[in-house]
Amino acid sequence: MTFSDAIAESRAGPKLRRGKMSDSEKHEAKLGLAFISPWLIGFLIFYAVPMLASFVFSLMDYNLATPEDAEVVGLANWARMLFDDSNVWQGLWVTTRFALISLPIGLAAAFFLAVLLNSTNLWGRNIFRTLFFAPSLVPFVASALIWSQVLNSQTGWVNRIIELFGINAVGIDGIRWLDTPYLIPFTFTFIGIWGIGNAILINLAGLQGIPTALHEAAQIDGAGWWRRLRTISIPMVTPVLFYNLVLGAVGLLQYFLQPFVLNGTTGYPEGATNFFMIYLYKQAFDFSQMGYGAALAWLLFFYGLALTVILFGTQKYWVYYAAGD
Amino acid sequence: MATTTPSQETIAQEATPEWKVRARRREILVKLGVTTFAAAVLALFLMPMGYAMVTSLKTSQQAADPQAPILPAEAVTFEYEGKEVDVLQVPIDGETRELAIVRKGRQDSDFVDPGNLEAGVITWEGAWRQLSPVREPAWQWGNYKEAWDFINFPRLLFWTLLYSFVTLIGAVTSSAFVAYGFSRFKFPGRTTLFIVLIGTILLPPAVTLIPSYAFFTWIGWTGTWLPLIVPLMFGNAYNVFLLRQYFLTIPREMEQAASVDGAGPLRTFVEIILPQAVPALTAVSLFHFFFAWNNFFDPLIYLAGNRDIVPISVGLNFFNGTYDTDPNLIMAASFIALIIPLVIFFFSQRVFLSGIVVSGADK
Repeated sequence: MTFSDAIAESRAGPKLRRGKMSDSEKHEAKLGLAFISPWLIGFLIFYAVPMLASFVFSLMDYNLATPEDAEVVGLANWARMLFDDSNVWQGLWVTTRFALISLPIGLAAAFFLAVLLNSTNLWGRNIFRTLFFAPSLVPFVASALIWSQVLNSQTGWVNRIIELFGINAVGIDGIRWLDTPYLIPFTFTFIGIWGIGNAILINLAGLQGIPTALHEAAQIDGAGWWRRLRTISIPMVTPVLFYNLVLGAVGLLQYFLQPFVLNGTTGYPEGATNFFMIYLYKQAFDFSQMGYGAALAWLLFFYGLALTVILFGTQKYWVYYAAGD
Repeated sequence: MATTTPSQETIAQEATPEWKVRARRREILVKLGVTTFAAAVLALFLMPMGYAMVTSLKTSQQAADPQAPILPAEAVTFEYEGKEVDVLQVPIDGETRELAIVRKGRQDSDFVDPGNLEAGVITWEGAWRQLSPVREPAWQWGNYKEAWDFINFPRLLFWTLLYSFVTLIGAVTSSAFVAYGFSRFKFPGRTTLFIVLIGTILLPPAVTLIPSYAFFTWIGWTGTWLPLIVPLMFGNAYNVFLLRQYFLTIPREMEQAASVDGAGPLRTFVEIILPQAVPALTAVSLFHFFFAWNNFFDPLIYLAGNRDIVPISVGLNFFNGTYDTDPNLIMAASFIALIIPLVIFFFSQRVFLSGIVVSGADK
């Protein structure tokens, strides 16, 4: 059951006509609102009001260290952000490049692991599922530290394994995962690969939701494993892939923890880890520039929104929803 | 979970024995191949865990030495005439002997046999620098104690657990109320509100972050746990979604019977619905626990001025900043931080994995 199914389902049933509610309907509505009131209150206090405030902040020069000097500066923050600050564009570029490399790798890995874990030819499937999922519960700080060590060019095992294939990887002129700007997106993809557990399970659920009759019929018609994967499994799980894609994209735009733990706000090497959120953090919390930070947050929001809208727009070209959904 | 295909087995039973044997053999080969492949992928996937475990038990010198053997080991030394000398692997007469070096020379060196001192000094011709040292396994369990003491693990654990459990109770209780409201009652705007609720998942926290931070600073909450705990007491979209899905599967008859008996909606909810929703509540609680254990950004900014009360995620980051020349200690500290979530997961994996599947994509 995806979110959109749930929404569609909650729409079903007789429509409530405002103003024509009977007493028992009114009573029911009151009870319902009473039950959801914790969320309504929380939404107002922690989402709606801060969002409005955030917009107001973005029009102000507001340094938290000297709040008494706060003043309205109109669109100055926005102008600075859009026209005068190359760090903004670097942040967006670093983040986007990372998402463009990391998302396809992560989504493909999660899908193929799910196919593997769904195979009837796999002995001990439950053990494998548990073990593939377990690393996603390793706290992110710990997994970032562990992966950065294992990718160390001198002592890490990744380079030692690559060396087994006859490629010179260990050492100063080997593969320096953490120090080479163009390798950084791949390095951080590795660092995050333990986090794909959820995506694996969601794919797995999608694969299990495919009616077995489809595969059986194709098998009788002589379709091999690869053909069935291409023409049945992949189209049938595209809604799941789409779901993972949207959540993954939105999550990656806010990528922060791993680069922050490994490189702080230095952007090492050569600005390659100057992710957008790192820059926002620097402005808002290192420099206490709340106004400029709020403007940056809005830029990130609009960027994410545009991306989500575009992704939803591409749905009709590649996402297959079985008739009736 | 398992989707076996009974049709294949039926066909195999009806076939001739010879055919059957061949098909069976082929099936076993395929299974063996797939399982071996999966095991190889798993080994690569979990390899960093092995690296971390092994490194955490090395000396920092050995952890930083590219030539060091894979397992924790240290060079063997031997006390000879009051001096510590290295024991090296010396090739003599076609066999490799483990001898202690007592005089290092450019052309030849003198050795003694630690096991047989009476044999006297053995002179070996060759460059001693070419010889590799004899190593013996040496597991530095003390690294764990050092990391434990330095990060003051009991204190980090105390704050992490306190945070996890307080917010767990608040977040799960409030989410259950909200989910019940969305699953059982009709009210104007229900669908819109539900869409808004789900929409909050896609809203980057950055947008609300700065005013919230300024507000919490203004009322004096930064440097305390309050900004981390209070916002979680108002339900959360993922939890509400999952619990609502589960509540929808509970038949309404029981609630109707309870209301005929005069129970109010609150009592019905607490006495009828919640006991039946224990699996979903457990799953949501587990998700929350892992979320809280992992939460890094909020404690990082809200507790920035008060290092004494940070949770384990932030504590580990401080540790990394202080000990970045001691990879072995960092690995030991990382292991200490990951062991509790992993143990809880292994004990609860059945509930946990099925919960994700419900919340994710399929019912």
